[in-house]
Amino acid sequence: MLLISCPYCQETRPEIEFRNSGEAWLVRPRDPSTLNDEQWGDFLYGRSNTKGWLGERWRHVHGCGRFFNAIRHTVTDQIIMVSPSGTPRPSDSELQKLIAARESEMQAWHSGEIGFGGSAPGHDSKPSSAKTTK
Amino acid sequence: MAYSTKQAYRTNSESRLGKETRTVKFKFDGRRYTGLEGDSLASALLANGVHLVGRSFKYHRPRGIMAAGVEEPNALITLVGRHSTAKSAIRSGRITPNLRATQIELYDGLEAYSQNRFPSLRHDLQAANGWFGRFLVAGFYYKTFKGFGFGLGRVGASFAWSRIYEPLIRRSAGLGKAPRASDPDHYAQFYRHCDVLVVGGGAAGLSAALRAGKAGASVILCDETPHLGGSLLDVENDSVHIDNKYAGQWVKSMVKEIAAIKSITVMTRTQCFGLFADGFAALSQQTGDHVPRNHGQSEGAAASADLPREVLWQVRAKATILATGALERPLVFPNNDRPGVMLASAAEAYLSRYGVAVGRQVVVFTASDSAYGSALTLVGGGVKVTHLIDLREAAAQPRALVDKLREAGVQIIPKASITMVHGKLRVKSIQYRRLDSLGQPQGAELEIPCDTVLMSGGWTPSLHLHSQARGTVRWEEASQNFLPAAPKPHLNFKLVSAGACSGRFGIANALDSGLAAAATALKMVGITDKGGATRPKVVERPISWQGHLGAVPHGHDPRRVKAFVDFQNDVTERDLLIATQEGMKSIEHVKRYTTTGMATDQGKTSNLNGMAIAAEALNRPIPAVGLTTFRMPYTPTSFGIFAGYARGNLFDPIRITPMHRIAVEQGAVFEDVGQWKRAFYFPRAGESMHDAVYRECLTVRQNVGLFDASTLGKIEILGPDSAEFLERFYINPWKKLATGRCRYGILLNEAGFIIDDGVVARIAEDRFHVTTTTGGAARVFAMMEDYLQTEWPELNCWLTSTSEQFAVIAVQGPNARNVLTGLVEGVDLNPTVLPHMGFVQGHICGGIPMRLFRVSFSGELGFEVNIPSAQGPLVMAALLAKVQALKGTVYGTEAMHILRAEKGYIIVGQDTDGTVTPDDAGMAGAIGKNKLDFVGKRSLSRPDMIAPNRKQLVGLLPKEPSLALEDGAQVVAMNNPPAGTPALGHVTSAYYSPILGRNIAMGLVMGGRAKMGETVYIPIGDKTVAAEIVNPVFYDPTGDRVNV
Repeated sequence: MLLISCPYCQETRPEIEFRNSGEAWLVRPRDPSTLNDEQWGDFLYGRSNTKGWLGERWRHVHGCGRFFNAIRHTVTDQIIMVSPSGTPRPSDSELQKLIAARESEMQAWHSGEIGFGGSAPGHDSKPSSAKTTK
Repeated sequence: MAYSTKQAYRTNSESRLGKETRTVKFKFDGRRYTGLEGDSLASALLANGVHLVGRSFKYHRPRGIMAAGVEEPNALITLVGRHSTAKSAIRSGRITPNLRATQIELYDGLEAYSQNRFPSLRHDLQAANGWFGRFLVAGFYYKTFKGFGFGLGRVGASFAWSRIYEPLIRRSAGLGKAPRASDPDHYAQFYRHCDVLVVGGGAAGLSAALRAGKAGASVILCDETPHLGGSLLDVENDSVHIDNKYAGQWVKSMVKEIAAIKSITVMTRTQCFGLFADGFAALSQQTGDHVPRNHGQSEGAAASADLPREVLWQVRAKATILATGALERPLVFPNNDRPGVMLASAAEAYLSRYGVAVGRQVVVFTASDSAYGSALTLVGGGVKVTHLIDLREAAAQPRALVDKLREAGVQIIPKASITMVHGKLRVKSIQYRRLDSLGQPQGAELEIPCDTVLMSGGWTPSLHLHSQARGTVRWEEASQNFLPAAPKPHLNFKLVSAGACSGRFGIANALDSGLAAAATALKMVGITDKGGATRPKVVERPISWQGHLGAVPHGHDPRRVKAFVDFQNDVTERDLLIATQEGMKSIEHVKRYTTTGMATDQGKTSNLNGMAIAAEALNRPIPAVGLTTFRMPYTPTSFGIFAGYARGNLFDPIRITPMHRIAVEQGAVFEDVGQWKRAFYFPRAGESMHDAVYRECLTVRQNVGLFDASTLGKIEILGPDSAEFLERFYINPWKKLATGRCRYGILLNEAGFIIDDGVVARIAEDRFHVTTTTGGAARVFAMMEDYLQTEWPELNCWLTSTSEQFAVIAVQGPNARNVLTGLVEGVDLNPTVLPHMGFVQGHICGGIPMRLFRVSFSGELGFEVNIPSAQGPLVMAALLAKVQALKGTVYGTEAMHILRAEKGYIIVGQDTDGTVTPDDAGMAGAIGKNKLDFVGKRSLSRPDMIAPNRKQLVGLLPKEPSLALEDGAQVVAMNNPPAGTPALGHVTSAYYSPILGRNIAMGLVMGGRAKMGETVYIPIGDKTVAAEIVNPVFYDPTGDRVNV
């Protein structure tokens, strides 16, 4: 179960207090009548369905009741940032900075560690025979 | 029958149980035995020389105890609940199937049964499965039976499969039987938070927990067994010295030191069976079964009967250290599943922990150094080990241990392989052959008599939890193991592994990596470890921890012998070869085709061997074949802990209206509407449901009825922009709605389809009272909040859910005004002052504030009285007294439905299905003509939405008035349509109308409004009912009755 930070309450709370409300930064047109059918169809049904970082709306439904934006990784579930409703989407370079900061934080945790399979870094997966003693 | 008190295999050597241990009695398969307090069921059975404890899943082969812990694949037994007899347990449900005998703590009076055998364990009729076992190999179900159907083609095959073969196979292949009665025990659920969760109480876990605790972190240390210490409890005294102490002594001092630190919580008998995102862990703790229950009088050591049997701990840890250890791998050779074939480390554990010798004449078969240590422990404990057969060359053997074993009289045979095991219910002898330089068997088969074979294929790190937490793994060529990889940077799990589960084998390594893991965890949590830590001095045997993967060279045709890979799922070497021959290339496909590594076992002992066999058959390296995904739970977990107390009446909240008691007193039959209990109808003495409902309908039409409408959703909108908000939200025009007036509102989604409706009253210029459907209340409120917060934040208005604040009583019928007269205060009920769709505030029943709607969902003169919930019963009682004096009635939801259908009023969700536009429902007139926009408006002009021949809501009158239609029945254009005829639509609401004395229905029919007067046909069962398309307002089409 995820931990999610509410930008209004300034609290990190368990997922059950929140409800996912679909993709973020899709703005309802001010005057839908000016859109042709294709544009309106895109607004209704076009979603990015990203594998990776996705902007999402969440509602702190069992807390303050407010809707807010979050950027979540759809594979790892990591949430890299949250922002109040109406905040513009961070630029790609801003997002990369956030990810880099998180990465270096993690590197620091594991630096000098011997628990993860000794000191050998990376993923050594040279071909080997299936058996050792034959 | 007397208890066998011999325990002939109990040794005199010192075990962890000690010498002063109490003898306890137990029964297995009806036979009486004794054991010692502190035994597991498995160790007690072995102490009595019992190896045969079960029949295998598919082939019903006799199976013995193979392991000493959680990885046991064979010894699955059914445990009769404490303080129950086998007979009463079946009735009371206090019986648990499929428990591992290795994990059940023995207590006095324990009763257990073997499984999957008939009529008895020694003589199992279905062992015939073993004889025609060549039909039961991988994929056999599908290939053999699914296509075979008595020459009746596909239909016959499917029939034969679902009705004949599958039930037969399912009956003969399987595990224990689930109890039929509901579980009489109760289970608790708790939440815990900690800085560091340490899973596993072996050498690595102990040192990690102590360091983290000393640094000031709050620590939970959990272990699945009753005792901390892990493998340190199993080793022979001479093999490991820590801090100049024997291993067992060192564990004791560690346990003491840990107990003295208040911030460390030790939880034994606690299995961490699942790891989830953000450090969320699921722990199941055994709290009941090992403690005697005191039913009634709670005294002494006996626990209260109120104690939960198991507890689910949902732990949120800031960092998690996995110290889950490694499991010894079996070797794959013919008949390696015979009772008496065990893991070498298990035999060592039975001797060291329980003082039990697993046999009298033992042969060890190994590809790993650790089995030499196991053999030495056995020899030291007086167990006769005659031979040690090693797959490896003499040069690879641990020199010092070889010498010691030779001194003890053990014959060491290098570069040889067991090729066959003889003996069916118990090992009688083995055959082995020498291996040539290519590793193939050569020369004659030599036989060694023995009663026990100990096998060791090396050690597999337990990656289950690491994998569940989405940690990635890497293949380490040197050790031939998958190990936890450093977490990918985008993974946010604060997770670190220590000890054997991270490939750090041996005690010194375990302690070192435990301390290092604690340091990492402290960094993750943000605690500075001022003290630091140094590892105590460790003296241990320098051994290699490598082993063997896949089947051993046995020289037999794999089709003719059974060399088991996955013991629990009865998967052999041959099954894996078949899977690869038949084109399964992905290890995930091989897993599913053969069932290896699946179900409750989760491949604890089988995964690597299975993968290695598949990899060799596919001629690909193991890392390229890859590891299958481990699933939670790590071990089988009781359903009870997931349910907790959410059972029976507590399963789901029950919502009742403020006037529920009065409905009960009036004899209501209730129906479930979501979580609500709503009065369905009110039968009087001798009345059937139909009698009651028809009486209620006619009484409302001719006199007056009371209906509890409190479940309606209610939302108050306040603020200067309230009208503008409604204008944008609902299809209707609101700005010109006068204060004191109501309007029926329709809500669309952006796709243009009706999703809710309800009456909205304007209380003041800046205040509206909105009602929604019962089921839509929460959804509509959430949708309003969404638009107000995110699309139109500039609007100045506020939304408040008031559903629970108001009790609502509908007074409907020609006498409705007479009921209210005299009860309401400060309200003029005169129709010129309060006309249909009027609204007024006032008081009722002596000063109770009231919002009064003049609205009708019955087509009769009607009012809806809204009062504060707390006053609901009082007002209801007053209204009921007046209604009864007038010979009126209370009515329920069924009568309400009929009354509205007679008037053609829709119910959203019944007459609409998410594809119905306002025009389809005949309500296009409700749309505000001059509005530029509202939710869903743009969609209403899409080509499909204005296409001709859309399904439209119409009335359907059966030509024969006594014939009933059914909700959901298809509407077609011709009588007796041939198969494949497209439907014109379907019936949405069908009722018998008491006031009209005939059946009526509503339906959605293509181009329906242009087909008035035409005949359509509705097949129902084997009959077809002809019906005429009519206007859906069946009763009082001019609407005169509401305007009185």
